[in-house]
Amino acid sequence: MPLVTIDGKQIEVPEGTTILNAARMIGGDVVPPAMCYYSSLKGSGGKCRTCLVEVSKGSEKDPRPMPKLVASCSTTVMDGMEVKNKTSDRTLDARKGVVEFLLINHPLDCPICDQAGECDLQNLAFEHGMEHSRYEFERREFDKIDIGEYIKLHMTRCILCYRCVYTADQLTEKREHGIIKRGDQSEISTYIQNALDNDFIGNVIDVCPVGALTDKTFRFKSRVWYTKPMDAHRNCSKCSGNAVVWMIGNDIARVTARKDQYGEVKEFICNECRFEKKEMSDWTIEGPRHINRHSVISANKYETPIPEHTTLLNKA
Amino acid sequence: MGRQLLLDKVNVAGINTYDVYRKEGGYRSVEKALKKMTPEEVLEEVKTSGLRGRGGAGFPTGMKWSFIAKPEGVPRFLLCNADESEPGTFKDRYLMEKIPHLLVEGMVTSSYALGANQGYIYIRGEYMYVLRILEKAIAEAYQNGWLGKNILGSGYDFDLAVTCGAGAYICGEETALIESLEGERGNPRIKPPFPAVKGLWQNPTVVNNVETIAAVVPIINDGGAEYAKIGIGRSTGTKLISASGNINKPGVFEIEMNITVEEFIYSDQYCGGIKNGKKLKACVPGGSSVPILPHYLVCKTAAGQDRLMSYESLADGGFATGSMLGSGGFVVYDEDQCIVRNTWNFTRFYHHESCGQCSPCREGTGWMEKVLHRLEYGHGKMEDIDLLWDIQRKIEGNTICPLGDAAAWPVAAAIRHFREEFEWHVNEPVRCLEKNYGLVAEKVFEPVTA
Ligand SMILES: Cc1cc2nc3c(=O)[nH]c(=O)nc-3n(C[C@H](O)[C@H](O)[C@H](O)COP(=O)(O)O)c2cc1C
Ligand code: SF4
Ligand code: FES
Repeated sequence: MPLVTIDGKQIEVPEGTTILNAARMIGGDVVPPAMCYYSSLKGSGGKCRTCLVEVSKGSEKDPRPMPKLVASCSTTVMDGMEVKNKTSDRTLDARKGVVEFLLINHPLDCPICDQAGECDLQNLAFEHGMEHSRYEFERREFDKIDIGEYIKLHMTRCILCYRCVYTADQLTEKREHGIIKRGDQSEISTYIQNALDNDFIGNVIDVCPVGALTDKTFRFKSRVWYTKPMDAHRNCSKCSGNAVVWMIGNDIARVTARKDQYGEVKEFICNECRFEKKEMSDWTIEGPRHINRHSVISANKYETPIPEHTTLLNKA
Repeated sequence: MGRQLLLDKVNVAGINTYDVYRKEGGYRSVEKALKKMTPEEVLEEVKTSGLRGRGGAGFPTGMKWSFIAKPEGVPRFLLCNADESEPGTFKDRYLMEKIPHLLVEGMVTSSYALGANQGYIYIRGEYMYVLRILEKAIAEAYQNGWLGKNILGSGYDFDLAVTCGAGAYICGEETALIESLEGERGNPRIKPPFPAVKGLWQNPTVVNNVETIAAVVPIINDGGAEYAKIGIGRSTGTKLISASGNINKPGVFEIEMNITVEEFIYSDQYCGGIKNGKKLKACVPGGSSVPILPHYLVCKTAAGQDRLMSYESLADGGFATGSMLGSGGFVVYDEDQCIVRNTWNFTRFYHHESCGQCSPCREGTGWMEKVLHRLEYGHGKMEDIDLLWDIQRKIEGNTICPLGDAAAWPVAAAIRHFREEFEWHVNEPVRCLEKNYGLVAEKVFEPVTA
């Protein structure tokens, strides 16, 4: 099995593993950010370029460094390879550039965006971005188009990761949307403004790293950090029925699939569970969903049991 | 004029028809290859010739062919890249329009070497009339037994078709070309796998430029060693140059690669000197993607040697003081031309042509265009020059396909060699508008001074 070193940490991984996945096996700081790669979606990755890393040693056999930075999500490791993520100034510099590129045409409308608080672009910009923008021109805007009952497409926020296209391709019977036009005019669109109404199409909302695809049944209901995520399940004939219900008080505000620490869904859920089951009686609640990242969602402390002294205070 | 191997018969009346082409010795390479040589021997001749890809990158063709995977029972393909969309390049069109059978002949001989039984010529949508010419040539070749089943009784089958794009420069990138040919959106693929292993419909595929494939004909006719005697060093054979700009005789020239740049620009055999007796200001020797050279680096290298029209000599000095032969789109600028305006124009092209897959190219090209537009139209700031430098630096090398580099290099070279002209645009916005547009600037809008 190839042995790879990332930021000084070593791991042996199966043949054919990508640098990014090797880094995820090590975990922690050595993991490059990924905005377009999605492990369960075939063909995803390679596009956003946030996961660029420096390969300072190609392999044991051919130790020459790779001349260019490589996309860690789509480059497989070789035995003896040495990779620099956070320890490479070149990587950090290029990544800063990529973040800037992703933001110059982004509307930065986080205060009114449903995704705020669970947005990969927000997190990325926070960690790798600059303090102010050097871009002084009008930002690109698209008309909002209606793509059906449940899903809102807000193209202006899209970073063209293509994840939703792969999701529709690989999870639903028939893809009805894709990319039209090219360059910075590229846009996600349905085939002649069709509605997206496949059983599993709601998952495009979960794979979208930004607020371009949002849940119409939840739109503007609440900031996510005021809601409490709870693991819940139900008997469903279409999917596993394992989901997260996001509660306000005793009401279910929205339903999503369960995401791992890298924001990826492992078990996709069907539209019925996501959009139509909003009663407490629909679900068996398992307990609070642990949100892995440093996230504003954890800020409302839904997981923390009420400390003793507050109870004491209340008694007093 | 030096030796001509591709365009030698171009002025023979009716050479675009099969009968005349055949009478002038056409399809001899197919006869020789299929009757007297094994595919390996054809490949060896191409290797010996030292032929390098004429599409831009200059990769040795024989080596590229030898990389093609040959699993049992899996078809192989030869694709001809006739997308020719690089600004300043128009040699492939000339060749296909004048002597279409040369390309068809080259396709048969090359495919035989590769063991491919199907070939496609992918031509840009704007060349629709050339597509008709090729279709006619292909039909004639079928009628006369040079295409189809059991060619010349050799047992070798080869089918050829021509298909067209819809006007996207990016479809000239070989993997985008393959996607487009498959009927998909023309987005470049992430490599590896390379086309030689997984190309068209995931089968082993070679993509070659029109001129590369045409050059195989004289190589097989006269032998690789004969071909390698022409030219200099690793720049063997002849090269088609598309010459344009402020010269007396714009057009397509076939050159031996050992002539000097000075001879090419000033001799009456080629460009015939700068138009209207003006002075040379700059030159882009290999199509819009390659670095621009200031006048003092055009005819001489930084070390003071004569610069030749060869891969090596044009690249002498790296990007600091050299450029590239690229696709042979040779653009000459006289003293009146504005480098900022030219750079903006090129950048506008790349912005328009980016496929939009990867963020640095999708967003960076548009940003550079806007900054250059601002500079050119008198609203620029001094910091813009450094900003441009930084943007191009963050695109270069960080993208999926080389279009990102192609967009970055011209901007970098313009700033490297003509920084003062950018500064002049900031300091003298009114004068630069008057000069470039003959406008009295105030009548159009108020330029902002730095
Ligand atoms: C953006 C882009 C556009 C290209 N356009 C062309 C083209 O129009 N014609 C061409 O022959 N090669 C073009 N190329 C180069 C091809 O990818 C490929 O290298 C070439 O066809 C190989 O042929 P050769 O080995 O015969 O040169 C382009 C490359 C890029 C990155
Ligand atoms: S570099 Fe530009 S043209 Fe090439 S894949 Fe990326 S976005 Fe597309
Ligand atoms: S995650 Fe690797 S390029 Fe987007």
